[in-house]
Amino acid sequence: MSFLQIQNATKSFGSGTSRHTVLRDINLTVEKGEFVAIVGYSGSGKTTLINMLAGLGRPDCGSVTINGTEITEPGPDRGIVFQNYSLLPWMTVFENIYLAVDQIFPNWTAQRKKEETERNIALVNLTRARDKKPGELSGGMRQRVSVARALAMDPQVLLLDEPLGALDALTRGTLQTEIEDIWRRSKKTVVLITNDVEEGIVLADRIIPLSKGPDATLGPAVKVELPRPRDRKALAHDETFKSIKLKVLDYLLGEGARTKTTVTRTLILPDIEPEDITHQPISWSLSSRPKRKKEMHETKIEI
Amino acid sequence: MKKQPLFPYDWIVLPILGTAVVILFWVILSSTVSKDLPDPAKTWEESRLYIFEPFADRGMQDKGILSLLGLSLLTVAKGYFLALLIGVPLGFALGLSDAFAKMFDPIIQVLRPVSPLAWLPLGVILFFGTGKDANPWGALFTIALCSMWPTVLNTAVGVRAVPQDYLNVARVLKLSKWKTLWKILVPATLPYMFTGFRISLGIAWLAIVAAEMLTGTAGVGGFLWSEYNAGNNSRIILCIAAIGLVGFVLDKLMGLAEAQFKTA
Repeated sequence: MSFLQIQNATKSFGSGTSRHTVLRDINLTVEKGEFVAIVGYSGSGKTTLINMLAGLGRPDCGSVTINGTEITEPGPDRGIVFQNYSLLPWMTVFENIYLAVDQIFPNWTAQRKKEETERNIALVNLTRARDKKPGELSGGMRQRVSVARALAMDPQVLLLDEPLGALDALTRGTLQTEIEDIWRRSKKTVVLITNDVEEGIVLADRIIPLSKGPDATLGPAVKVELPRPRDRKALAHDETFKSIKLKVLDYLLGEGARTKTTVTRTLILPDIEPEDITHQPISWSLSSRPKRKKEMHETKIEI
Repeated sequence: MKKQPLFPYDWIVLPILGTAVVILFWVILSSTVSKDLPDPAKTWEESRLYIFEPFADRGMQDKGILSLLGLSLLTVAKGYFLALLIGVPLGFALGLSDAFAKMFDPIIQVLRPVSPLAWLPLGVILFFGTGKDANPWGALFTIALCSMWPTVLNTAVGVRAVPQDYLNVARVLKLSKWKTLWKILVPATLPYMFTGFRISLGIAWLAIVAAEMLTGTAGVGGFLWSEYNAGNNSRIILCIAAIGLVGFVLDKLMGLAEAQFKTA
């Protein structure tokens, strides 16, 4: 039994003819303490995938479990760092994090809650920005607050939804190191969603490509067997690093990038009605084959 | 980007110039076509007493201008706070519940454009039971009812516009309904609410003058009407200027309060 598991999950949005399947046949297992990265194109359903893990959205079919229990709603056992940080702009850094601490540990004394909040702020090196509002912080600092808030919930799993997507390359590097650091110290299970293959390899134990949407699905996982802590500079020339990157890109640009073409045909099912014996059969109905709107079905065939 | 000034002190010179043009137009009008319209000098002469003795009390309607404005403002304040007290929860209910919105939105849309003048008689009828207090109560009812709608509608829009991200935070943290309301929904809606408050105050100030004119309640509107009936035309102009200035100041004050919440 894996710690975190998705089985045959499919998720569609919309209805009728505008219905489209975002994720199809997703299977994922994450072990306790593992760092898994999922890499994919923009708009391929990465956020939908992490929302399923967070419990913010449920799959149409298939199952998502943690410790063997079905995930049906969000909970503090799964801390999430949202793509756009989702900090509450009317609260200071301290208040944003205190809200989480206060909610998860309601029985603690005010003093203890305060200390725990301070500890989490210190963990992401933001003690000096403690009383600032998110609007006064840079993107990288906001991201750290978001990470601190997720950590303050003391979750079993940390879900990171493109946490560094909006940052410049240099800040990204610094924060990647910080995330790896936090992961090594806290030994939490982490699922990282990213669009940067190198970021995935630098951070994760296992990297899994997500094919291009619609109908996106997970490709073969690649194990990242590089010694930690990983040095970004040295990695650039590392053969293992290069071969992993190649494997992942191979899938993303090859098989995973194939846009599926479909044709739509309208099939007319035979219209069979029980004979009404109380009435005479209608003779003029012989002129054409009966068709009923509701008997028409549309099927998509992949070619 | 700040615009270049046209010339030094244009921010003070140009408004004075504009006002002078309007006053000139007024002088021409009063000396040509409308002989009954008092010119600025006569207006000043006849109104001086009310400005120099702003708190004088010579009778039911005959008071200094600040006393009159004070009376009107007091009524407005009561009606306005009543409007906020009812309007904000109503707005939240409309924003939060689809069923509630579907039930009451049509009737609100129909009642909203009705003028204060049309509501006033009904308000007075409602309070006939109170005897001689029917007029002030009717005026209060009219102000509250007419000034409520912008607050109701802006609050409802604000609640609906709360970003899903903030609500997701509440879901992940498993905040209770009550805590979600106070920690997330109310702060996120405040900027919208204040826009509503500002428009509501403007309407309340519009409605008070109409209500006082019709009911004869003491206040700047009531004074305006009694001076019109007495043929003291200059004091009508005094009242218009006073009403306008107070309305301007109220709107500026609300604008300042509103700006406090625009940071997010």
